[in-house]
Amino acid sequence: MSHSPYLRESRTVQQIMLHVLLALLPGIAAYVWQFGPGILIQLLLASVTALAAEAVMLKLRGKPLGLYLRDLSAIVTAWLIALSLPPIGPWWMIVLATLCAIVVAKHLYGGLGQNPFNPAMVAFCVMIVAFPALMSQWPAAGLDPPQQIDLILGGERPLDAITAATPLDALRTGLRTGGEDARVAEITQGPAFGLIGGSGWEWVVAGFAAGGLYLLWRRIIGWQLPAAFLVTMALTALLLWGMHPARFASPLLHLASGGTVLAAFFIITDPVSGSTTPRGKLVFAGGAAFIAYMIRSFGNYPDGIAFAVLLMNICVPLIDMYTQPPVFGHKRGSS
Amino acid sequence: MLQKLFTFHGGVKPDSRKDASTCRPIRPLAMPAELVVPLHQSIGGTPRPLVRVGDRVLKGERIGAAEGPVSAAVHAPTSGTVKAVEERTMPHPSGLPASCVVIETDGEDRWIEREPVPWKSMKGDELRDFLRDAGIVGLGGATFPSHIKLRPATAPTHTLVLNGAECEPFITCDDMLMRERADEIVRGAGIMARMLAVERVLIGIEDNKPEAIAAMRAAVDGDIQVVAIPTLYPAGGEKQLLRVLTGVEVAAGRRPLDFGLQCFNVGTAYRVARAIDHAEPLISRIVTVAGNVEEPGNFEVLVGTPIDELLKAGRPRADTDRVLMGGPMMGFALPTTAAPVVKATNCVLAGSPSLLPPPPPEMACIRCGTCADHCPADLQPFELYWFGRSHNFGKAQEYHLFDCIECGCCSYVCPSHIPLVDYFRFTKSEIWARERERAAADIARERFEARNDRQEREKREKAERLAAKADATRKKLAETGAGDGAPPSPAEEAKKALIAAALERAKQQKSSVKARNTENLPADKQAEIDEIEARRARSERRTVEPPEPS
Amino acid sequence: MIAALLVMAGLALVLGAILGFAAVRFKVQGDPLVDKIDAILPQTQCGQCGFPGCRPYANAIADGEADINQCPPGGDEGVRKLADLLGREYKPLNEEHGVEKPKAVAMIDEQTCIGCTLCIQACPVDAIVGAAKQMHTVVEADCTGCELCVAPCPVDCITMEPLSETVQNWKWKYPTIPIGKAA
Ligand code: SF4
Ligand code: SF4
Ligand code: SF4
Repeated sequence: MSHSPYLRESRTVQQIMLHVLLALLPGIAAYVWQFGPGILIQLLLASVTALAAEAVMLKLRGKPLGLYLRDLSAIVTAWLIALSLPPIGPWWMIVLATLCAIVVAKHLYGGLGQNPFNPAMVAFCVMIVAFPALMSQWPAAGLDPPQQIDLILGGERPLDAITAATPLDALRTGLRTGGEDARVAEITQGPAFGLIGGSGWEWVVAGFAAGGLYLLWRRIIGWQLPAAFLVTMALTALLLWGMHPARFASPLLHLASGGTVLAAFFIITDPVSGSTTPRGKLVFAGGAAFIAYMIRSFGNYPDGIAFAVLLMNICVPLIDMYTQPPVFGHKRGSS
Repeated sequence: MLQKLFTFHGGVKPDSRKDASTCRPIRPLAMPAELVVPLHQSIGGTPRPLVRVGDRVLKGERIGAAEGPVSAAVHAPTSGTVKAVEERTMPHPSGLPASCVVIETDGEDRWIEREPVPWKSMKGDELRDFLRDAGIVGLGGATFPSHIKLRPATAPTHTLVLNGAECEPFITCDDMLMRERADEIVRGAGIMARMLAVERVLIGIEDNKPEAIAAMRAAVDGDIQVVAIPTLYPAGGEKQLLRVLTGVEVAAGRRPLDFGLQCFNVGTAYRVARAIDHAEPLISRIVTVAGNVEEPGNFEVLVGTPIDELLKAGRPRADTDRVLMGGPMMGFALPTTAAPVVKATNCVLAGSPSLLPPPPPEMACIRCGTCADHCPADLQPFELYWFGRSHNFGKAQEYHLFDCIECGCCSYVCPSHIPLVDYFRFTKSEIWARERERAAADIARERFEARNDRQEREKREKAERLAAKADATRKKLAETGAGDGAPPSPAEEAKKALIAAALERAKQQKSSVKARNTENLPADKQAEIDEIEARRARSERRTVEPPEPS
Repeated sequence: MIAALLVMAGLALVLGAILGFAAVRFKVQGDPLVDKIDAILPQTQCGQCGFPGCRPYANAIADGEADINQCPPGGDEGVRKLADLLGREYKPLNEEHGVEKPKAVAMIDEQTCIGCTLCIQACPVDAIVGAAKQMHTVVEADCTGCELCVAPCPVDCITMEPLSETVQNWKWKYPTIPIGKAA
C-alpha cells in the first residue's frame, strides 16, 4: 500500500530531459546553418549508440529497460557529446566517445543518479587525450555537405583546405607563434574571428544562450549555476585582460567562444554530478569557470571546460558538505 | 490596517478542489447504533477508563479520565449502555487495535447535567483543569491537549494565532466552521486570549476562502484581526503559519510560547467556546467527506461513529478503491472503514484510481534538488533519502531529519517519483525504536549492576558474619578457658571493633537498598511486599545477632 | 626542477605536521573501549555469549578473548556495530550461541506458580517480584527477555510471550515500491 502524499505534480525525469533537448535545438539549428549538416549525422550516431549502450547496460544490470530508456537521459548525454566534439570527426570517434560516456562514466558508476562525473565531459576528455589531432579539426565555415559526410565516413583528410581552427585555438597558436610580439588585437582580425567571438560560432553560441534562457524560464535549471559560471569567467578574463590587454583576450571573446555558453547552461547544470546546495552551486560553477579559464589561457588544451568540470566533480561531496543551507528553525537569529 | 506578511521557503500549490464540499451547509449525521470511542485520542497518556460493561452513560459523561501530565479526558458522545471495553481497530496507518469503550446508543441522546462555567472568576489552573476534563485537544490534526498550551510561559505571550489556513486539498471543515459559526470561534479566541493575556489575536486564513474570511471579518472586533494569507501548501503548518503572520521562525525543538506566540486551530477555539458556554465536552467535530463521492460535504459527527456510516452519508461512487483519513498530502489510507471517527479526524476522503492515481514507478534520484527547492523546512530531502536508504541514521539526524514535518512537498515534486516521505517516516520510527531500545538497555544495565552489587555484598556479609562468629567463639573460649588464658591483645581488640563497625555499616546499607527489586508496583502489591519484607527483616535480625554460645 | 621538488617536499612536510598536530590536538577523549562495547550490547544479560552478562562479554571482547559474533539478542545489527567500532571484519552471528529472535517477555502462570523463588534468583535484572510460598509475577517493563528464569522453574509455569505491536510502538516499514516495477 502506498502512503501520502497521494497527489503528485506531473513533471517527470522524461519531461525534464525533453525540455533540455528542446532547448538545444536553436543552437543545433544555428550550427547546421553555419557549418553544414555534419553535426546532424553526429547527433544521430551518438543517439543511436547511446540508446543501444544504455539498453545493453540496463539489461546487464537487471534494470527495467522500458522505464529507464524512456527517461531520455542517455539522449541528452549523447547530444552534449556530439555538440562538444568536432562535427567532422570520423564516425568511430563519436561512437567510441558515446560508449565511453554511457558504459564507463554512467553505468559502471551505478547508472542514472549515481555517476560522480559528468559522462559527456568524461568522454570529451578521453577523446582529446587519445586523439588530439582529430579533436582539433573543425570545419571551416561553408564546407560542403558531401565532403563533410565523406569525412565522417572516414574519408581522406586533406587537412588545411577544409578545416579551420576554432577561435580559441587560433588565439593560442597566434600567441605562441607570434612570440613576444603577438597581439591579441591583431590575431582576432584573422578569418577565424567574427564580431565578438569566432566567426559563425557566434550564432551557435547565441542559439545555445536562447535555449539556456528557455530552461531558466521553464525552471528546469536554477540561476545559480549559469550565472556563477558566466560571471566568474567574465571577471577572471576581465582581470587579466585589464592587466595585459595585449596578451589576453577580452572577456567578451571568452564568453562567446569555446563551450562557455553550452557549459554554463547545459553541461554544468547536469544535476547528478554537480553540487546541489544553493551556495554549493555557486562555488561549483565558479570553480569550474575559473579552472576552465586557466586551462584555456595557460594550459596546453584549446578549451579546458571538460577538465574543469571533472575537477570540480571530484570536489562536489566536499562542497555540499560545507554549504548545507540553514534549516528552518536553525537559522541565526531564530533561537 | 494592512498586516505585513512574511514567507517561508518552498511549498507547493496543489489544486485545492475544495468547492465540491463547500456548496452544502454542515449537516448532522443519523445516530449510529454503536459508537466506538477510543480511550487514546490525544498525544500523551492513555486515559484511564471510568466505566464498566453494562454501565448506563449519558451524553457528555466522562468515560476516560486524563492520566499523567499530558492527557485529556474522553466522554460519551451520546446516551446509552457500555457494551464493551475492548480492543478495536484504530484509524491509524498500522491498522492495529487499541482500547476502546463501545457504547450501544439508546437514541434518546440525553445530556448529563450541565451548567455554564463561570470562567471569568475561575483561577487559571482551575480553568485549565476544566478544559482538560472537557477533553479539549487541538483539532488541527496533532490533538495536543489544549490546556497545556494555555499555560502562560515565563516570558509574556503577545500574540495568539488562530489557524484557519486549512491548506490541504479537499478539506473544508474549518472553512465551513468559519462560515457558519464565526461568532463562537471568535468567542473561543477571546477566552484563550484572556487565559494567555495576549495583546493581539491574528486569524490566518488562506485567500482561497473568501467567504470564510468575510464571515470571520464580520464577527471580529477589537484586538482580533483576520489576515488573508497567500494560498501555498503547507501554510497551515504551525511553524509556517507563525512565520507568515509574524515573521518569527520558531527554532527547532522550541515551542512557540518561547517566542511570545501561541497557535490554535479555529476548530479548537470553537470547542473551547462550546465547553465554557455550554459545558459541552469535545464529543463531536466537523468532518469533511469528499473525493470520489456523489454528495461531498461537511458533517457534524459524534466521536466514535464508524467511518463507514459517515462515508455512506456522502454516497461513495462504485469505483472507490480506498478511503483516506485526512487530506491527500498528509492523510493515510484507512486499513478498515470500520474504524471510528476520532478527535483528529478532519476529513474522510474517498479515493479512486483516477482521483488519486497510484504512484508512478520509483526511479533513481537524479539529485536535481527540486525536493529541496520545495521543502518548507529548508531540508535537503534527497540527502536524507540517501541516509535513510543506507540505514545511516546518525547522519540523517545530523541533517535534521527531525525537522521534517512530513508535509509531502518533496514527494509531490520529485520527478523520479521517489516516495521520499515514506523513507523519512521509516527512518524516524527506526530511530525512535532504537532510542526506546537504548533506554530499556540502560535500565537493564543499571538493574543488573545493582543486582551484582547486592550479591557481592551479600557474599561479603556472609563471610563477615562467619568471621565474627568465629571471633566471638574464640573470645568466649579465651575467657572461660584456664589453659592459655592470655588476655586479648590490643590488636585483636581493634580488629574486633573494625568488624563490628563493618557489620553495622553493612546492615545499614542493606536496609537502605532493600526495596530494589520491587519498584513501580501498585499500592496493594507494595503493602503486601512491605509486610513480607518486615518479616524477612525480623528473621534476618535474628541471624545477624551473634548466637548464644553453645 | 630541484626547486620544485624541494617545494613539494616542503609542502608535504608542512601539511603532514599540521595534520599530525590536529590529530593530537582534537583527539576525542572517549569512553574506554569496554564502555563503548558495553553500550552496543543489548543488556539482555542472558549469558548466551558464554559470559555471565553483557559487561563480562564486553571485557572479553576488549581483551581480544571473545569474538564479536556471540550475542544473539544483539543480532546482526549488533555484530555490525561492533565490527564498525573495532574496525574488524563483519561476520555472521555464531549459531553456536543461538539465533536472533523477536523480543519477548517472560510470563508466569500465576495459577501454577508454587512460590519457590528460584526464578527470582535466576533473574539478572530483578524483574520478578514475589516471596517464598507466594505467587510470583514478572514486571514486564523490566524484563529483558533473557529466558534465564524459564529453566529453573520446577513446575514449568514460565513462558516467553513475544512483545506485541501496539499503535504506540508500531514502526513504519521500509518503502517497498519496487524500482520500476509498474512500468
Ligand atoms: S526531487 Fe527527487 S530526483 Fe530530485 S533530488 Fe529530490 S529526490 Fe532526487
Ligand atoms: S516532507 Fe519533510 S523533507 Fe519533505 S518537503 Fe516536507 S518537510 Fe521537507
Ligand atoms: S548474549 Fe546475552 S549476556 Fe551476552 S552480550 Fe548478548 S545479551 Fe548480553
